[in-house]
Amino acid sequence: MNTATGIDRDALARVVAADIPPGSFVNLGIGLPTRISNHLSRDSGVMLHTENGMLGMGPEAQDGQVDPDLVNAGKVPVTEQPGASYFHHADSFAMMRGGHLDICVLGAYQVSSGGDLANWHTGQPGDIPAVGGAMDLAIGARQTFVMMTLLTRDGRPKLVPECTYPLTGLACVSRVYTDLAVFLIEPGRVVVRDLFDIGFAELARLLDMPLVDGTREAAS
Amino acid sequence: MNRVAICSSALEAVAGIADGATMLVSGFGSAGQPVELVEALLESGASELTVVSNNACGGDNGLAALIRDGRVRKVICSYPRQSDSWHFDTAYRARTIELELVPQGNLAERIRAAGAGIGAFFTPTGFGTPLAEGKESRVIGGRGYLLEYPLAGDVALVAAHRADELGNLVYRKTARNFGPIMAAAATTTIVQVDEIVPAGALKP
Repeated sequence: MNTATGIDRDALARVVAADIPPGSFVNLGIGLPTRISNHLSRDSGVMLHTENGMLGMGPEAQDGQVDPDLVNAGKVPVTEQPGASYFHHADSFAMMRGGHLDICVLGAYQVSSGGDLANWHTGQPGDIPAVGGAMDLAIGARQTFVMMTLLTRDGRPKLVPECTYPLTGLACVSRVYTDLAVFLIEPGRVVVRDLFDIGFAELARLLDMPLVDGTREAAS
Repeated sequence: MNRVAICSSALEAVAGIADGATMLVSGFGSAGQPVELVEALLESGASELTVVSNNACGGDNGLAALIRDGRVRKVICSYPRQSDSWHFDTAYRARTIELELVPQGNLAERIRAAGAGIGAFFTPTGFGTPLAEGKESRVIGGRGYLLEYPLAGDVALVAAHRADELGNLVYRKTARNFGPIMAAAATTTIVQVDEIVPAGALKP
C-alpha cells in the first residue's frame, strides 16, 4: 500500500521541461504532457510540433485570438510562434517516422520494463478503440518519454514487467516520469533517477521488477 | 471539355456521388472539414458510403449527420471516439457501421501513396501491435515493418481557403491537414472554398 503523495502534475511537468534540451523539436501528447509547454522558457528555442500539420506551435489561444483553422492535436485553438510553418498530414508524419523529432512525451496506461508502451486502447469489450497518432509518435521520435501517475486509482502499478493492455509500440519508451519517481529504461535494466517524497526501498516494494538505484544519494 | 467545373451549389457539386462510393473527406475535427459538401449528401441521397477521414466526427453536423442518417456503411479513420461522437458510437454499438482503424500516419501515407502511384509501402508504425493482425511484416535493417496498401477514393471532398478557376488551391494554417493528399488520391475531387478568383490571381 502506497502512502507517499509524491509531486503534483505541474511539478512533474516542470521536471520534464527541465530535461528538454534547448533547441529541441518536440511533440507533446494530448492530456497531461500538454502542461509541459507551460514550463518551457521562451528563450529555450524548443520548437513544438503538432501532428495535424504545424511546427512552431505557440500557447493556447485566448479570447480574441481564436482561429478555427489553427488548432492542436487535441483540437484546442492555439497560436503560432514566430517562424511557425504548416504542412499536410503526410509530411507531418514523415517528420515523426523519419526521426526528425528529438522527443515526444506521451501519456500511458502501462509501460513495461522493456519499454513497451500501451496507451491507445483499454481492450475492454464495448470500448471503442481510437489510435490517432499514438503509434506513429511512439516509434517515430528519437526519444519517447512517458508522463503518468505511477499507480492506477486503485493502487496498481502502471510500470509493469509485461503490458497487459493492447500495445502501442515495442521497446520505444526510454524514460518514464511519474509522480513518485523518474525511471530510465535502459537495455536490460530499469534505473531510478529521481525519487519524490518516497524512499528507494518503499518504491521497490510497489513494483514487480528489479530496480537499480541511480539517484544522486545512492551515488554519493 | 473543362477539367474544372464551378458549381452554383453544394448539392450540384455532389450530385454525381453514387451509392457505395468510397469518399475521402478532409479535416481534422472541424478544421478543414467540408461541412456544406458533406451535408449536401443528406439531400442528394447517396448511401452505402465508405468514408475515409481522420475522425468519425462529433456533434450533429457534417459527417456525424451522415452517420446519424444511416448513409455510411464503413468508416476508415484513426480516431472515431470523441466526447461528442454519439452518432458514431450508437451506430458502432448497434453494428450498423463497420470500422477500419488505421494509425494516423499510416492513414495519411496510404492516401499519399494512392495519389503518388505507389503500389504499397513498409512502415514501422503498428508493428508488434494488435493493428498488425493480418498484415504482412518484414524485418529491414533490424527493425520491424508492416506492409500497407494505398487508399484511393472514388471522390474526395475537401475544404480549402481559396481556389482559382483552374482548380489551384490555397489552404489556411492547420485546416490544410489531409486536403492536398486527398485531392490527389481520388478520381474526382470536389472542393468547397471561401472564395474563387480568376486564374493568375493566386501566387504560383
